Amino acid sequence: MSAPSSSSKGSGHGRLAVIGIPYFWLLVFFLLPFLIVMKISVSEMDEVTFRDILSFDQGRPVLALRFDNYLTLLRDDLYLLTYLASLKYAAVTTLLCLAIGYPFAYFMARARSTLQPALLMLVMLPFWTSFLLRVYAWKALLTEHGWAADAIRAIGLDRLLFRANLIPGPEQLMNTPFSLVLGMTYTYLPFMILPLYSNLSKMDLRLLEAAADLGATAWIAFWKITVPLSKAGIVAGSMLVFIPCVGEYVIPELLGGPQTQMIGRTLWDEFFSNNDWPMAATVAVAMVLLIIVPLALFNKVEAETLEARR
Amino acid sequence: MPDANPTLRPPDGVPFLQIRKLVKDFGGHRAVDDVSIDIARGEIFALLGSSGCGKTTLLRMLAGFETPSAGSIVLDGRDLAGMAPYESPMNMMFQSYALFPHMTVWDNVAFGPRRSGLPSAEVAERVDAMLRLVQLSAYARRKPHQLSGGQQQRVALARSLAKKPQLLLLDEPLGALDKKLREETQIELVNIIEEVGVTCVMVTHDQEEAMTMASRIAVMSEGRFLQVGRPSEIYETPANRFVADFIGNVNLMDGTLTADASDHLLVRCADVTHRIAKRDAQPGADGSPSGTVGQAVSVALRPEKIRISRDAPQVLDDEPAGDFNRVRGTVKDMSYFGSYTVYHLQLASGLALKISASNTERHRAQPIDWGDTAWASWSPHAQVVLNA
Repeated sequence: MSAPSSSSKGSGHGRLAVIGIPYFWLLVFFLLPFLIVMKISVSEMDEVTFRDILSFDQGRPVLALRFDNYLTLLRDDLYLLTYLASLKYAAVTTLLCLAIGYPFAYFMARARSTLQPALLMLVMLPFWTSFLLRVYAWKALLTEHGWAADAIRAIGLDRLLFRANLIPGPEQLMNTPFSLVLGMTYTYLPFMILPLYSNLSKMDLRLLEAAADLGATAWIAFWKITVPLSKAGIVAGSMLVFIPCVGEYVIPELLGGPQTQMIGRTLWDEFFSNNDWPMAATVAVAMVLLIIVPLALFNKVEAETLEARR
Repeated sequence: MPDANPTLRPPDGVPFLQIRKLVKDFGGHRAVDDVSIDIARGEIFALLGSSGCGKTTLLRMLAGFETPSAGSIVLDGRDLAGMAPYESPMNMMFQSYALFPHMTVWDNVAFGPRRSGLPSAEVAERVDAMLRLVQLSAYARRKPHQLSGGQQQRVALARSLAKKPQLLLLDEPLGALDKKLREETQIELVNIIEEVGVTCVMVTHDQEEAMTMASRIAVMSEGRFLQVGRPSEIYETPANRFVADFIGNVNLMDGTLTADASDHLLVRCADVTHRIAKRDAQPGADGSPSGTVGQAVSVALRPEKIRISRDAPQVLDDEPAGDFNRVRGTVKDMSYFGSYTVYHLQLASGLALKISASNTERHRAQPIDWGDTAWASWSPHAQVVLNA
């Protein structure tokens, strides 16, 4: 194919810019700051500042690296427990978003085509209001005489939540695992719905007819055809919900309680309460690695299966 | 002349599939309009028509994807109208196949038998047999996108046959293949269908596909059957102008019936008088034509049934004397197709007569060329008289 390659050569600078600008962006605003954070995490702390890791003693370079913080991270279960709690709440939120978002996206994708833009608009409408404002609104809704709290009590859901040990007492909804997960599910639901909708709306509906023709009921066709074919949407949506949830700070701070220490809050405390920047940086690095390593492995497996299918 | 009735009875045997007064309305639009047909066991029956003629809607009603507005579909004594697709004893091979992209060839074929709740050993046995039938055993572990178009088509066929349907429905079975492959696959497909012995209803817009594959063809337009018959009947004795024009090439000439003798008709057209032997003039459905002298009629004449020559044609012994069935014109256009050449002969009235001449020799002694004057002539057994 000589024609496309020669034409792409002509626009070589354009291609370089298209690929280069995002990479440059990531380099300057992600990789460099991350390296700085890594540097801080292994730095020695003076009174209020930290020392440079590289100093010169009579012209000879001296590298002062301190890995104590990483050891602390492993020794003190506080950190391990908050990491696990973060993963747990993020996972529960992701599952809830999937359970609510999948049917929603499914019926949106199968709705009359004239209705679909309106439904899509409704999903995105909350983004027009400040995220902080919306989370604060939940605070008001869930306090003792908030509308949501009254409604939950009216249908007796609070007793159920109490029995499931999600709230400390029947009438205490705020600052509990329940309010935390509710807030995160509410906030991140659109991030689950949009990739699922985009995937499901592109599905070839004749495949369902073919399944029906071969004897599958609508239920079986859904599980055997629709769900496997929407795997890419499920994965994309789950990533978009899970990753920010793990590091979420604002929602645990506003809606969570003492029971729901998450890594974002630990990070904040290390930075601003303890003023221990190296320790805070260590926590941050560990969090990034905790998310990136499984993701990279997952991507590698996905890429290999894709490659095998070619 | 009365309209020829579509042949409702199958050529032989008892009706296996009976469709009675089937109607489908979509809002105000009537997609299928009062269709009745009997199809015998083992037949390959083709619904032929251009897009929007209702053929696909009719097929989808058979498969259970659409509920008839009125009428009945009876298969081997069971009424199927309104039965859900997953219950119906027929399977469909979809247009462009609708293979499940996330499943292997083997799992695609096994999908139907698994739904019947067969034990897995029996499923495996049947899937293997189906893959052998379509010669794809070696490709069982592949995904559909790793196969060529022809192989995908065979997987689709195997999948639709794997449940041993009583009736196989084919929606444009070869529409996604290129021309050369299509011709090979037509024969192969018919061989497999006949080997399995399944009765088959197919939908196609491709008349060659219908002609080569089907035992009978129904030509459809605007939701109705215009003519039902064997491929040769449809081609040689079209029931009306639409069918004559839709199937193959045809020259249609309007004229007036001037004589109705015991063995022939005379039709006077603008350029030529047709003498038409009576037994061939009209489709067999209602016997010999009889018309009122003076009635307006059309004469249909296929291009390959016309001879073209430089000199005035000799009147043959078995043809009556007189100035019939021949006309002179100017070659306005010529298209060379290799095995034959199509001439467009401009007649005095302005009509361009299409003539197809077989290129039986590599070079003609006196080739007819653009602008030449030439004669066209045909036998009294060549034409069909149709209602104007």
